[in-house]
Amino acid sequence: MQWLNAVIQGVLLGGLYALLAAGLSLMFGVMRIVNLAHGVLAMVAAYLGFIFVNNMGVPWYLAILIVVPIMALVGYALQWGLFNRALSKGGLAPLLVAFGLAVVLTQLLQEIFTADNRRIQIGELGTASIQITDSIYLGWFPIITFIVAVLIIAGVQLFLNRTPLGRAMRAASDDPDTVKLMGIDNRRVYALSTALALATVGLAGMFIGMKTQFSPTYGDLVLIFAFEAVIIGGLGSLWGTLAGGIVLGVAQAVGSQINPSYGLLIGNLVFLAILAFRPQGLFPKAVTT
Amino acid sequence: MRIARSVRALAAVAAVGLVVSACGGGGLDEPAASDSAPAESAAASEPAAGGDAEGGADASGGTIKVGFVSPMTGPLAGFGEPDQWIVDTMGAWFAANPIEAGGKSYNVEIILKDSQSDAKRAGEVAGELINQDGVDVVMAHGTPDTTNPVADQCEANATPCITSDAPWQPYYLGRQADPANPEPFTYTYHFFWGLEDVSAVYQDMWSQLDTNKKVGGLFPNDPDGQAWAGAFPDMVSANGYTINDPGLYQNGSQDFSAQISAYKSNGDEILTGVPIPPDFTTFWTQAKQQGLTPKIATIGKALLFPASMEALGDIGQNLGTEVWWTPNYPFSSSLTGMSAAELAQGYMDASGKQWTQPIGFSEALFEVLQAAIQAAGGPDKEAVASALSTLKVDTVVGPLDWTAGPVPNVSKTPLTGGQWRMTDGGEFPWELVIVSNSLAPEVPLGGSVEALK
Repeated sequence: MQWLNAVIQGVLLGGLYALLAAGLSLMFGVMRIVNLAHGVLAMVAAYLGFIFVNNMGVPWYLAILIVVPIMALVGYALQWGLFNRALSKGGLAPLLVAFGLAVVLTQLLQEIFTADNRRIQIGELGTASIQITDSIYLGWFPIITFIVAVLIIAGVQLFLNRTPLGRAMRAASDDPDTVKLMGIDNRRVYALSTALALATVGLAGMFIGMKTQFSPTYGDLVLIFAFEAVIIGGLGSLWGTLAGGIVLGVAQAVGSQINPSYGLLIGNLVFLAILAFRPQGLFPKAVTT
Repeated sequence: MRIARSVRALAAVAAVGLVVSACGGGGLDEPAASDSAPAESAAASEPAAGGDAEGGADASGGTIKVGFVSPMTGPLAGFGEPDQWIVDTMGAWFAANPIEAGGKSYNVEIILKDSQSDAKRAGEVAGELINQDGVDVVMAHGTPDTTNPVADQCEANATPCITSDAPWQPYYLGRQADPANPEPFTYTYHFFWGLEDVSAVYQDMWSQLDTNKKVGGLFPNDPDGQAWAGAFPDMVSANGYTINDPGLYQNGSQDFSAQISAYKSNGDEILTGVPIPPDFTTFWTQAKQQGLTPKIATIGKALLFPASMEALGDIGQNLGTEVWWTPNYPFSSSLTGMSAAELAQGYMDASGKQWTQPIGFSEALFEVLQAAIQAAGGPDKEAVASALSTLKVDTVVGPLDWTAGPVPNVSKTPLTGGQWRMTDGGEFPWELVIVSNSLAPEVPLGGSVEALK
């Protein structure tokens, strides 16, 4: 029963990893940008949520509706002002820009909010759970996180597959030069893609901020899990990212059940095994096909 | 007022994203400048404010340069947060009251450097302080990641070093080439408590409740967790407590279901450990979700700062932790004469924030500095180091005595135990109530241990 519990808790945790990784996957899928500032941008969203929920008393679900559009705007501006210029300077430039952005944002958050640990208060919901069997309890908050992750990933995938803008994003990913010939401004498409990616980051940051305490540097700690989820699932594939998140969550939870010191280790080993034996990931390149 | 502050913060965050992106590459330069605030020199010494001008009898001995390494940014920044205020306050104090030693009067210049919460960086800035700034004494505080590399630099460069805020075992044994045969250091001195103290305080807290004496241990795989997990089982066994340690986990773990299952199946009624704050929140939230209900929890590190309790929220009520210092400690500063309460109030007035435990220890570093220089009759490095080895001084964190052991180079400070309680409409939402003073009866109790709900 303990093992079953570990698997179930791992699946729920995987939802959070997938939610955090979705934006990373999207930016890589469309623009081939490895966004090292992803973790700290999630923290920016968490601090925004903290301001609305804890200081202004906005309910958390309404705060999400405010934070996500703000992050989307930030994403648009970032792509337009920073990454688009960097992209024209070759492959390494966007990576360096993202790294610099991460450093700057981390320090700015500390300057504004200090290094004190914060958490977005959600009251009773944080600890509420339903009992399934004698030894298996499911927390409502992890369940909500998981459902939101699945809905978001399904929604973004549908958007990419079914809408003209989604098609433009996939086209810009496949062949930027031809897209320009078709009269589409790929810089604008990129900016909208990053806006979409940061909207998901906004959501992920809010959920991280509600799950546990965060500080300006906490984003770096969870960024590694998002990267692993993306690689396990297959670069640029959203459904793969969901699968990758779940595989990683289950590997960590089951590993901890064997021995707590193996938890993160086994997650990392699964990640290494995928890199070694199936470097394209479980579901490669679904964004662009 | 709260709202006004949050609006301002909100505007700032929103502006960050826009400014950074709007300015393109050039925009990176400006905010980055705020990143590098490592070398901040506090203007402590308006030349000869006291001294020969009005001192009369004393001749000026010149200026003593003091290096102060503190984790002001990064994950350990909670420790270093009050230090700018401490340095400003001490600088003003010394400007008006130069140190009198050996018939001469010395101005004090304090050079504050940021370790960025990084052990390597802490060692580097200590080296800069000694070799470039030419300081006479180095001070540092805030976990072994700060104290140890700084002390190692000082020992290698024959410069006196005063440190605090790290249990003495990782400080003293952790720096030995062969921890089994420890050798005393010549230049580096430390004051704090040890694992034997924290385990005694915790047991005193546990014994105030009727339990089955089964203790669940939540120990991470870091230097603190390894030391605690290694030492606790033996230290508590004499009183009939058993530690159920499922294994050391990695910091940053996002799921603690395995540990919760292990504590539940063993029927542990007591919980202890030394997790980092976000991990403890993850654990404690999951424990509540999954029906783990210990009677008492005594947790190191994660519950040190009131901000962590605010972040934890309602489920933090009656969580216990070790207490190094509070405004209720019945001690006062040998330097300024301020009581613990006055010191804490000074910080709260200046910052608008609640007091934290490192404040007392930061101030005490300067008390030790003055006492050592006076005992040495001046800033000569050999003389100061030698004076430190036998120094006795009554500080705002308690009486220090480097001749009393437990090992050379270390003086112990009085440790108590407390529980966090929500205040009913007080100035701050949480207060730390002292519930165990068995090791330091001179510290007044604020209440007795209450069971977790």
